[in-house]
Amino acid sequence: MASLEVKIGNLLLKNPVTTASGTFGYGIEYMDFMDISRLGGIIVKGTTIQPREGNPYPRMAETPAGMLNAVGLQNKGAAYFAEHIYPNIKDIDTNMIVNVSGSSVETYVECAETIDALEKIPAIELNISCPNVKQGGMAFGVTCSGAAEVVRAVRKVYGKTLIVKLSPNVTDITEIARAVEAEGADAVSMINTMLGMAVDVEKRKPILSTVTGGLSGPCVKPVAVRMVWQTSKAVKIPIIGLGGISNWQDAVEFMLAGASAIQIGTYNFIDPTVSLKVIDGINEYCDRYGFKSVTELTGALEVGA
Amino acid sequence: MLDLEVRENLRLHQNYCLLKLTGKEQLPEMRPGQFVQVRVDNSAKTFLRRPISINFVNRRDNELWLLIQLVGEGTRKLATSKPGDIINVLLPLGNGFTMPAANDNRRFLLIGGGVGTAPLLYLGACLKAINVQPQFLLGARSKGDLLQLDLFRQYGDVYVTTEDGSLGEKGYVTDHSVLKEKHFDQICTCGPKPMMLSVARYAAAKQIACEVSLENRMACGIGACLCCVEKTRDDHHVCVCTDGPVFNINELSWLV
Repeated sequence: MASLEVKIGNLLLKNPVTTASGTFGYGIEYMDFMDISRLGGIIVKGTTIQPREGNPYPRMAETPAGMLNAVGLQNKGAAYFAEHIYPNIKDIDTNMIVNVSGSSVETYVECAETIDALEKIPAIELNISCPNVKQGGMAFGVTCSGAAEVVRAVRKVYGKTLIVKLSPNVTDITEIARAVEAEGADAVSMINTMLGMAVDVEKRKPILSTVTGGLSGPCVKPVAVRMVWQTSKAVKIPIIGLGGISNWQDAVEFMLAGASAIQIGTYNFIDPTVSLKVIDGINEYCDRYGFKSVTELTGALEVGA
Repeated sequence: MLDLEVRENLRLHQNYCLLKLTGKEQLPEMRPGQFVQVRVDNSAKTFLRRPISINFVNRRDNELWLLIQLVGEGTRKLATSKPGDIINVLLPLGNGFTMPAANDNRRFLLIGGGVGTAPLLYLGACLKAINVQPQFLLGARSKGDLLQLDLFRQYGDVYVTTEDGSLGEKGYVTDHSVLKEKHFDQICTCGPKPMMLSVARYAAAKQIACEVSLENRMACGIGACLCCVEKTRDDHHVCVCTDGPVFNINELSWLV
């Protein structure tokens, strides 16, 4: 049996399979369906310093092989998380990682500091790529200077593992990845949702209250794999790959393209136990090809003859 | 999460089918108003599960009934299911209608519109089983859209409206004469939102307690994605899937 352990910065994952922010609640929601402690990690719902009600309904549109969402970072705020949610999740035997968002550099820093004080949260995922908020979010993630600025400020106050979640809605994602690496990010996770839109032709109106929203699901996978591959050539820090993973083959695809670990997002909605099937599938794949460690898969893509 | 087997697929009408599902093991406890998330396989354009309310639970035959309106590709695909097919469902989800104590003598009126009548059958059966007398007010566009009337009649009086007057009184449910003639203590309603809103207004005017069952556009069904939200009276967003789908009208912002 291959070793499935991977390291992301100082963070040790028991296996490379984690669940994506906004698709797995706080983990608790899935306890009825599976043993969530088998996961390499759980990236919990996007958290901001102030509570947010999110965007008006409707916030979701199903699309071919995917969905659009415009939730808009609904959450009860970092203080509420620390006081009411953290106590219930801190003893889950996996890496509980908080996705941190903000509307300004200051609010990102404040939120990171609040989470830093929580002993059993070993890492944060800095969300500079949410397409569904008016201020902050993706605005920081689409320019090198914006991304660098927020990562620099958070890095100063946050000593644990810092993962930065990148937006695909850019001309060249490798430049953004380089910029956050230069500011001390320990890893990048990619990709967040792609900006999209859907129209109700009978009503001649957009389906989402916000008109545009974030596209996720299997339909974005080829774009995500391409971006992971390009970025793996551009940076030295580990990449956590995500975007449309729905089975172990997809996960291996991301790893071969250069990802050290992966996140499963939207497919949790279709099969709440998919992440466990992916862990088992990766394990069997490693055994089948004689890989002693899952880390050997990262970037093992053979291009050309 | 269970793999259930299709025992019967009855096309009740051009646009509705009734799926009777069964499991190898005893089906779990299900309360009226709860729902299931049905997986639709092998359909090119559908991706997410379909939230479907529990129409009826037949304990004797270990059957779960789902009344499905054929509205899009997913439901059309489900309607092609054949006996013996396996359908994967998450169940039971959400909170049901508030059940009274046995022998409660308050008068319950269950108001349904279109496919929204579906959960009221199981609710009516469960009320009758604890010796609470339900009455039903069911509305639809036309005669053919009113389904399972004989089954409803087993549990209580049934009043009917159709928009075209092809059955019962012509008009909307809120136009029915029974609302003027009889007094009710509790209303439970499920149907299109405009219908439920007028029912809620009627209930508020008459000071009748009212519970509504919502069917907001939903992805996960288990409170993880926060897509299916509804506004509460105090201006917060709550998930229809886990905080509902049944709400006391006073919890929501509808009448504010």
